[in-house]
Amino acid sequence: MIEVDRVGRSFTVGRGRSRRTVHAVQDLSFTIDAGEFVGYLGPNGAGKSTTIKMLTGILAPTSGRIEVAGLDPTRRRTALARRIGVVFGQRTTLWWDLPLKDSFDLIRHLYKVDRDDFRRRLAELTDLLDLGGFMNTPVRQLSLGQRMRGDVTAALLHDPAVLVLDEPTIGLDVVSKAAMRAFLGRLNAERGTTVLLTTHDLGDIEKLCRRVMLIHHGRLGFDGTLDDLRATAPGEDSIEDVVTHLYTASPADR
Amino acid sequence: MVRTYLLLAWTWLRASAQYPIPMITMALGSFVLNGLDVAAIWVIFEHTDALGGFGLAEVMFLYGAAGVSFALADMLFGNVDRLSQHIRAGTFDAVLIRPASAFVQMTTDRFGVHRFGRMAQAAVVLGIALPQLDLEWGRAWMIPVMIVCGLVIFTSIFTLGGALQFLLTDAPEVANAFTYGGSTLTQYPLTVYGGDLVKAVTFIVPLAFVNWQPGLYVLDRDDPFGLPHWLRFAAPAAALILALAAALAWRAGIRRYRSTGS
Repeated sequence: MIEVDRVGRSFTVGRGRSRRTVHAVQDLSFTIDAGEFVGYLGPNGAGKSTTIKMLTGILAPTSGRIEVAGLDPTRRRTALARRIGVVFGQRTTLWWDLPLKDSFDLIRHLYKVDRDDFRRRLAELTDLLDLGGFMNTPVRQLSLGQRMRGDVTAALLHDPAVLVLDEPTIGLDVVSKAAMRAFLGRLNAERGTTVLLTTHDLGDIEKLCRRVMLIHHGRLGFDGTLDDLRATAPGEDSIEDVVTHLYTASPADR
Repeated sequence: MVRTYLLLAWTWLRASAQYPIPMITMALGSFVLNGLDVAAIWVIFEHTDALGGFGLAEVMFLYGAAGVSFALADMLFGNVDRLSQHIRAGTFDAVLIRPASAFVQMTTDRFGVHRFGRMAQAAVVLGIALPQLDLEWGRAWMIPVMIVCGLVIFTSIFTLGGALQFLLTDAPEVANAFTYGGSTLTQYPLTVYGGDLVKAVTFIVPLAFVNWQPGLYVLDRDDPFGLPHWLRFAAPAAALILALAAALAWRAGIRRYRSTGS
């Protein structure tokens, strides 16, 4: 479903003499099959967001090849958009000044979703994510938890095969977090939607992800099951300690 | 593309209707502000009979035709000059994950009534100028052609300015120099400017094809700069070439888009 083959992305930063090239992602390769639920971990600035942006067609890779749902994201950006759902926890993809309901209507037209399918799915999602109370509220007036649920709904109305979530639980309270996790788990189990999720919240990983990938200094540092991840640092008890160990290890150690 | 444009513009228009008073005030304000431009021309003609060899009605015609073209381009696509704001705020990422042209999404963003103000004023000026011109009706067909070509030329300049903002996120002003600067330049007969500038806006940034060259045909005037006669029919070709260049630049810009760190 997602194929990443020796992908690199570099940026030139600074001007004049202080100009230099930063390799945000280097030689990254992995494959995600249909129906998988994968957690993508990494410290700040490791290249997580850059990877997500390349997978969704926002950024063009400097080198290598990417295929998502059978399409090259950069060349077929709009076609790909119809097959995937994207949620950014840090900022909304909804129209800031429009009521939630208008945003959803727009999405129906933009994604060319059949009217009956749209009604059925929206009713289902409204029920599951409890959106009824703020459907007519402009997005800018929603609380973070409400907005997140709105964003997730917007990403699923066209029934995408792949859902990509960049920190979907950031800033949510424990109750909202639990609800979001339950929802995502169900989506993956019942509908078979492939899910790729980045997070700093290891609870998300423990509750949801059967497979974990870890990126560090722009390179893939680990790819395996949660148990494999624990086994990399036998002395450590909690998953936090294991991940801390991996984050702080210098790239030369691996 | 047209359907998506109308859909998005209509949605924004409806959303803006929730706050009608600021929108109408802005539309009126823009109407009045642009009216001052016309007043300036009026003041000039209080002191002289001709501006660059053209009478008041002829100047009004050139002003109105370019004004309508620019107002249409600004109303429909001018919002593309806010690209760098979206890039810096990170909201351009959201544009790119939607299955619709980024250009259409950008140009329709926050579409509101206020965009009509400039249009109304330019149309009024053109409407006043035309009956006073004593036009040969065999030449009038050029008027809609020149307005459409002007619309395409200004839209292309807006788009080029937008594409530039992918590289220079700090400098939307560079783009403004060409868009709003171009609009100001075409308000007067080009004879008020020097010959080198006229050559530049004929052959480099083809602003002369917005109203000047086709306008010479409509008014049945000789070219004061002695440029070839066929140039007055070249507006569609100039518009097409510029539009092509703008489309390519926009595509290249999206490819080079760097997003913001998060």
